[in-house]
Amino acid sequence: MTERAEAIAVRDLRKRFGALEVLRGISLTAHEGDVIAIIGGSGSGKSTFLRCINMLETPSSGSVAIRGEAIALKGDGHGGLAPSNRRQVQRLRARLGMVFQSFNLWQHMTIIQNVIEAPVHVLGVPRAEAMERGEALLRRVGLFEKRDVYPSFLSGGQQQRAAIARALAVQPHAMLFDEPTSALDPELVGEVLGVIGDLAKEKRTMILVTHEMKFARNVASHIVFLAQGVIEEQGPPEQIFGDPRSERLRKFISSVH
Amino acid sequence: MTADVINWGLLALEPPGWGGVLLAGLFNSIKIALGGYSLGLVLGTGGACGKLYGGPVVKDLMEIYTTLVRAVPELVLILLLYYAGTDLLNRAAAALGYGTVNISGLAAGIFVIGVVQGAYATEVLRGAILAVPAGQIEAARAYGMSPLLTLRRVTLPAMLPHAIPGLSNLWLISTKDTALLAVVGFSELTLVTRQAAGATKAYMLFFCAAGALYLILTLVSNLIIRFIEARARRGWAAPS
Repeated sequence: MTERAEAIAVRDLRKRFGALEVLRGISLTAHEGDVIAIIGGSGSGKSTFLRCINMLETPSSGSVAIRGEAIALKGDGHGGLAPSNRRQVQRLRARLGMVFQSFNLWQHMTIIQNVIEAPVHVLGVPRAEAMERGEALLRRVGLFEKRDVYPSFLSGGQQQRAAIARALAVQPHAMLFDEPTSALDPELVGEVLGVIGDLAKEKRTMILVTHEMKFARNVASHIVFLAQGVIEEQGPPEQIFGDPRSERLRKFISSVH
Repeated sequence: MTADVINWGLLALEPPGWGGVLLAGLFNSIKIALGGYSLGLVLGTGGACGKLYGGPVVKDLMEIYTTLVRAVPELVLILLLYYAGTDLLNRAAAALGYGTVNISGLAAGIFVIGVVQGAYATEVLRGAILAVPAGQIEAARAYGMSPLLTLRRVTLPAMLPHAIPGLSNLWLISTKDTALLAVVGFSELTLVTRQAAGATKAYMLFFCAAGALYLILTLVSNLIIRFIEARARRGWAAPS
């Protein structure tokens, strides 16, 4: 069996906001087909870490490589780093489908327009082809009938499913989920988790920041527990949830159950 | 005979009636308002982007522009830009070996109204851009859009609903600012009205007629603004 290629490789990532060091040296590799769930208490740096992968947040030090290609970084003059090649970052970002906690669908576009926006205007896919693929994706997340509706007329769960379709439309090398169900009413969480779970079964590469422990346990191939800016413990779900080694992780798991 | 206090015949379109002259004046006013407003939107968009995304020098320049233009009475600005502006232009032309340039009242009027409108539009648009939720722009960045594409595809259309009330105010102001150009002898509605009234001594009739024309312009504008606003807000759920 050949080793699966590295989709995302993060090395010794650090991030400080002023005097506060949020990430204190994190290394993590996601191979093709990995489903990595990042768990941890609030303020543990989970979201910051995820946002550093596509440079929405620029790290203070460390490196990120997407499919073997290191993102070129240079000093930003304030003791941190900034991308030295904007085009490279844009090109790499375009194929990392990101799903946000608060959906962030473009409010002035209909659902289908949201889905085809990046393929057409960033990736240069012909509109007809993007439409065809976009409609198929909406059918898949159960929103084909809503394709011409504006996001604010949909429920949170529907908006998040549309946002997932938008992420899939760029044919992503990897998907980044930033607490995708945290802003949803409890009764809407299930429909979104259902869609994400199906994607995990397809062996799509994804990194998922989540508070849904049961879900993480069921779909993730690998769990990373973040505490105070470092990886406190990581491993397969059975080990993390069944046999936690660190005191912090044990406390965390019992506190969320 | 006191039956005809008002001689409606003076408003006839053909001479000796002045109706045609009034309408031509209105048409000139609309041309200046449209031209000045469009120029103002371009300057305002540039000014807002400069203030929000520009470097320190650009930001300072924009600040000077909006502060100066908004500090000086528009009448003074019009006199200044019109007389001093043409004077400067003529000197420059003479220095470069061209003869005197004749600046059309229309071009000067559009320029002056545009510069004034641009300063106010800068602030309206800056506020509207700031009102766009950060997540909208973040999503654009996350999907690989360049800053310019983000501006064109997301920031500008998303800020439009926030800008429209302020921008429609500016439009109505620009239609009436055209009257200020009467002082530099441009034949817009107010100037021709004064001429018609002076020539016929029917002051009441002509100034009321001009007022009615300005009112009609405003009412038609309101219809168009309402249509544009409904379109810009189509993504917003109706308030429940």
